[in-house]
Amino acid sequence: MTRRRIVLSVIALGVIAFFVVSWRSPIPPRSAPTTFPPGQIGKGQILAAEGHCASCHTAPGGEPYAGGYAMKTPFGTIYGTNITPDPETGIGLYSLAAFTRAMREGIRRDGAHLFPAFPYYAFTRLTNEDVGALYAYLMSRPPVRADVPKDTLRFPLSIRAFQSGWKLLFFRPGPLPGDTGKSAEWNRGAYLAEAVADCSGCHTPRNPLGAERAKAPYAGAVVEGWIAPALTGANPSPIPWTQEEMVEYLRAGTTALHGATAGTMTAAIRDALDAPQVPESDLRALGVYFSDMAHANAAAARIESVTRAALATSARGLGDEQDPGAVIYAGACIGCHYNAEPAPLAARPELGLSSTLTLSRPTNLVQAVLRGVGTNQGGRGLAMPAYASALSDGEIAALAAYLRRTRTELPPWTDLEQEIARTRRELADSN
Amino acid sequence: MTKFKLNGREVSARSPDDSPLLWVVRDELGLTGTKFGCGIGFCGACTVHVDGRATRSCITPIAAVAGSSVTTIEGLDPEGKHPLQVAWREQQVPQCGYCQPGQIMQACTLLRDYPNPTDEHIDACMSGNLCRCMAYPRIRKAIHIAATRIRDGGDRG
Repeated sequence: MTRRRIVLSVIALGVIAFFVVSWRSPIPPRSAPTTFPPGQIGKGQILAAEGHCASCHTAPGGEPYAGGYAMKTPFGTIYGTNITPDPETGIGLYSLAAFTRAMREGIRRDGAHLFPAFPYYAFTRLTNEDVGALYAYLMSRPPVRADVPKDTLRFPLSIRAFQSGWKLLFFRPGPLPGDTGKSAEWNRGAYLAEAVADCSGCHTPRNPLGAERAKAPYAGAVVEGWIAPALTGANPSPIPWTQEEMVEYLRAGTTALHGATAGTMTAAIRDALDAPQVPESDLRALGVYFSDMAHANAAAARIESVTRAALATSARGLGDEQDPGAVIYAGACIGCHYNAEPAPLAARPELGLSSTLTLSRPTNLVQAVLRGVGTNQGGRGLAMPAYASALSDGEIAALAAYLRRTRTELPPWTDLEQEIARTRRELADSN
Repeated sequence: MTKFKLNGREVSARSPDDSPLLWVVRDELGLTGTKFGCGIGFCGACTVHVDGRATRSCITPIAAVAGSSVTTIEGLDPEGKHPLQVAWREQQVPQCGYCQPGQIMQACTLLRDYPNPTDEHIDACMSGNLCRCMAYPRIRKAIHIAATRIRDGGDRG
């Protein structure tokens, strides 16, 4: 045998062994039951809202849970699947065992590996009771026949068997270890964040293979063109995320001291955490968990002085006709964003308190200015016009630089015009 | 098809999602009280209320107001007797009048947020509403008068 043949044989054996190892058996189709105890369905409805399942499994304007949402990842576009109980295009043939395996191990009923765009790495921590409740809720919803577009992942990433390698490297199945040193409320918050809502899915940076970086939990990341800020002590908000602020934000999508959400976070709040059935106690638990992570209570003493300082800058720019950035602020922004003593108003997001100005990049500011904010995003009943057709790249850059200079003490942003031009191109491509 | 409420009435707009709300309100739905000024959100002539708050309609795409309530100057008061409109007439605020619907809609949100406005409140909140006839002193005066009447007379505004 030549040396070449030996090498080729070893490679071939390796490939065969890999596919044997990665192979998972199909679970026989079974028509899912359609009746469940109402209490179980109700519990599943709460969990589905808290886990914002609809955000990835519903197309814009489409039937709830019928799939088709295009999730843009660095590896290609993955489409959220139809998780209504339709037997042909949905999950109607999943038994509870098949559903549990998908949630816990990321395996489709037919044995194929799911991509970690579906956060099974978080759902593996769900209790049996909660998986059963989600199953009951989803299976008792009306079936919708709807095919979803094919994923556009590049070869060889499109080969699902390779996912077993990803799982070997990054996937740790099993329940969430509780922290006995923390309160029950903290542990409930940890469970909601880490098992149900997968907050780290957006707020933790990912490595080149798309796995969350274990050494940088909640250090902030760019998701679909927006920055999901750090939720640790490195959080950039001028006002600390105390439990009260967090609860208000998750319920209303906006607070007077933090401003309104926009972009991808909207999906975690609208018809999700703000759904009427989500208990206040769960929002409070998330508030405890994240305010602890950000060491917010230690910083709470500065809320008053920071707020006062921001209010003092709110009218700045009026009458300043020498500064092009000030002229734009006074012409286009101040009418809605101006705040006065004694306190900023939630309906007038105060730019001096907004993380859009204190993040290391102007990404979120540029997105909000170009796209505007619809009333279906952010705080309820708040709309911001879209300035993409109104302001040039240079004008937005002047405005951004002006706001950064006059509302923060941070160094100026670099490459502003390039970032604006790039965001504008992405916006045009997405329309 | 974008559905929203216009002056309390359910409407469906056939224009594309990215059509400016102003064009839809004026051209498709036929309410011409709201004016086109600069077209880039810098003059305030196109100001309407979205869910009760002043918004520049010339650069707000209709998709952004789906499911919301839009109020134009025609819908501010059934008889045109909103305290701001009354004060506007009494003070003879308009000269050419073109910017006035936008001025009144903006002032309405100002009074909602700051029922006892100082001159700084007014200057800041009305800064984006331009008047080429320079009616600013009368606008400011009318706002103060309307504020007093709303305070004294109930919760209009």
